[in-house]
Amino acid sequence: MLTYNFISTVQLGIKNLLLHKLRSGLTILGIIFGVCSVISMLAIGEGASYEAQEAIKKLGSNNIILRSLKPPANQSDTGGSRSFELEYGLTYEDGSRIQATIPGINFVLPMRMIRDKVRFGENFAACQIIGTKPFYPEIVAMEMLAGRFLTETDEKNRNNICVVTLSVARKLFPYQNPLDHSIKIGSTYYRVVGIGRETNTPEQRTQSGNSDGETLDQFVYIPLATARARFGETIIRGQFPSLEFEKVQLHEIRVNMADTAAVEAADPQIKTLLERFHKEADFEMIVPLQLLRQAEETKRIFNIVLGSIAAISLLVGGIGIMNIMLATVTERTREIGVRRALGAKKRDITLQFLVETIVLSIGGGLIGVVVGILVPVMVSLLADMKTIVTLWSVLLAFGISGAIGILFGIYPASTAAELDPIEALRHE
Amino acid sequence: MNHDVIIRIEGLKKEYVLGSENIVRALAGVDLTITSGSYVAIMGPSGSGKSTMLNLLGCLDRPTAGRYFLGEEDVSTMSDDDLSRARGKRIGFIFQSYNLIPQLTVIENIQVPLFYQGESLAESYDRCVELAKLVGLADRLEHRPMQLSGGQQQRVAIARSLANNPLMILADEPTGNLDSKTGAEVLEMIDRLNEGGKTIVLVTHDEKVAKRAHRVLHMKDGLIDREVLQRTVPGGAKRQSNSGHFDSTVADSDTLQTLTPPTRAPGH
Ligand SMILES: Nc1ncnc2c1ncn2[C@@H]1O[C@H](COP(=O)(O)OP(=O)(O)O)[C@@H](O)[C@H]1O
Ligand SMILES: [Mg+2]
Repeated sequence: MLTYNFISTVQLGIKNLLLHKLRSGLTILGIIFGVCSVISMLAIGEGASYEAQEAIKKLGSNNIILRSLKPPANQSDTGGSRSFELEYGLTYEDGSRIQATIPGINFVLPMRMIRDKVRFGENFAACQIIGTKPFYPEIVAMEMLAGRFLTETDEKNRNNICVVTLSVARKLFPYQNPLDHSIKIGSTYYRVVGIGRETNTPEQRTQSGNSDGETLDQFVYIPLATARARFGETIIRGQFPSLEFEKVQLHEIRVNMADTAAVEAADPQIKTLLERFHKEADFEMIVPLQLLRQAEETKRIFNIVLGSIAAISLLVGGIGIMNIMLATVTERTREIGVRRALGAKKRDITLQFLVETIVLSIGGGLIGVVVGILVPVMVSLLADMKTIVTLWSVLLAFGISGAIGILFGIYPASTAAELDPIEALRHE
Repeated sequence: MNHDVIIRIEGLKKEYVLGSENIVRALAGVDLTITSGSYVAIMGPSGSGKSTMLNLLGCLDRPTAGRYFLGEEDVSTMSDDDLSRARGKRIGFIFQSYNLIPQLTVIENIQVPLFYQGESLAESYDRCVELAKLVGLADRLEHRPMQLSGGQQQRVAIARSLANNPLMILADEPTGNLDSKTGAEVLEMIDRLNEGGKTIVLVTHDEKVAKRAHRVLHMKDGLIDREVLQRTVPGGAKRQSNSGHFDSTVADSDTLQTLTPPTRAPGH
């Protein structure tokens, strides 16, 4: 019976609010905007940070990535007359030093990268030739689709064999199985022993004016020793007469650590170690774990800022509701007196007005939730941004709107309940 | 019909402190008993304490001093919640300005007192329809107060005052806002309620209204200055006396249709 009467009170509240549709509508606007902005802002923030985090995670949170970097021009000019051949970057020695001195290492993966044209018969493709070690697939997420990857034997014997990615295979061998056919890079032939796919590298850029799309993963993997023997150390860039000679031993070293704790320990150690042998800043160090931490920190700050904005708008919404409820109480003073005379206790009156405020704020909250879910969907569709509406943001926004109803409803409701019945009855 | 004392008031005082030296004695020590089934009119000049008296009788207020027994209960020391409960269970109010709740329909207005007694709207519906029939508004159940004439609104208020089957009905100038014809209809209805056994206490300025009562209390400066016992009979004949209690059952009500509200079903 109590619950039945509670339902009646809620129905009465809704009825009273519907008597003033415009006023009720305007009153809950603040709550609608507040809830909507909490949900949609958090969804956009969540989406952006998800994308950033995914990109970082693909690099592997247990990895430390070292890349050769051409040192700033003014520094290389100082010895300009000595040689026009620029020597910089990571060396094979760096790799073995790291392997030897840093604890907690699983693998040290050296990579040498050369851009070149790869041919098979009439077909050719501009590829990234990657000279690397047999354990490459264990560090860079890669699945073999056919054949095998490079082996230690290939490395030892400097075999002219290669593994190609699916997109290379598709370009060079539209109608054939590439396995055991030989492709030509420069003047040398390499036998295809396997086809693979890097699972973390998108095959094509999703956004491209070109309907073909630019293929991103045209990779040809060859043994590192083979790469060293066939391509030498010097890479010639540019076109005559402005040729550039660059001597780079390794373009990238990926250090795969046992766990994240080891990553954190190794990060400064590797840096110190390398700086001792590299006077110039000719390498960069990318620690995905740190990037991840930064991304999380950025997201946290972003959430706090958004949260504050949203909290303020909800607060304003709450004050708006309180304002209207106070006006309503004054307007309905006589009704309150009548109800009191007819047996309503103070708490019946409190409940009646509290219910109205809560109905208002929860109504506004519900509309806000619906709009707040639709806005990110629209943003995703129109701006091609990833958005993630999380359950907790919906619950949070909705919970806050309910709490605001109670918080800002208590004062008007108790004002109503504390009215003296006689004076309330006399009120004009 | 029994003649139990339902109201017993002893030395009732109500004072309003307006300033340190300014105390208004709205009631200055009133003694009064009212028996079940009687019809009491309170008259007196403005400011004599009639409304204060009625508010205290209606458990809307607590006295500054003195005792007020309603039935067996001592109202003068009740908590606010108990006062609410006493009002809800024992008192029916009829106001000068009807005081219906504008956003509720006729039937919903009649149901309000029962709602606060914990009866669901479904439970009280049939009984309240009966009450609407009793005051001749069975065809207006879904109307809003604004759509009714003053007389009709006051009839809704009468039906509402009966909903909780109260011990007595308090009416403060119930015809004050009505023209004489509709006022007479409303008074007729109140007469019939009394003949059905309801105790009525009514405040009025109008001698003609007071003539319908068994007892007329004339108030002055917060005290009952004079009490007139009278007997009304159909046709307006009346008998006055200045002493003794009038026995309302003596009234010859054969020619009057007795208005007995349906009693509440047991079990609530
Ligand atoms: N809330 C109040 N505060 C101060 N004085 C009051 C209040 N209510 C009534 N009074 C005073 O008490 C006296 C009796 O008032 P009331 O009972 O309303 O008289 P009546 O209804 O007979 O005109 C008056 O002098 C009035 O001014
Ligand atoms: Mg008065």
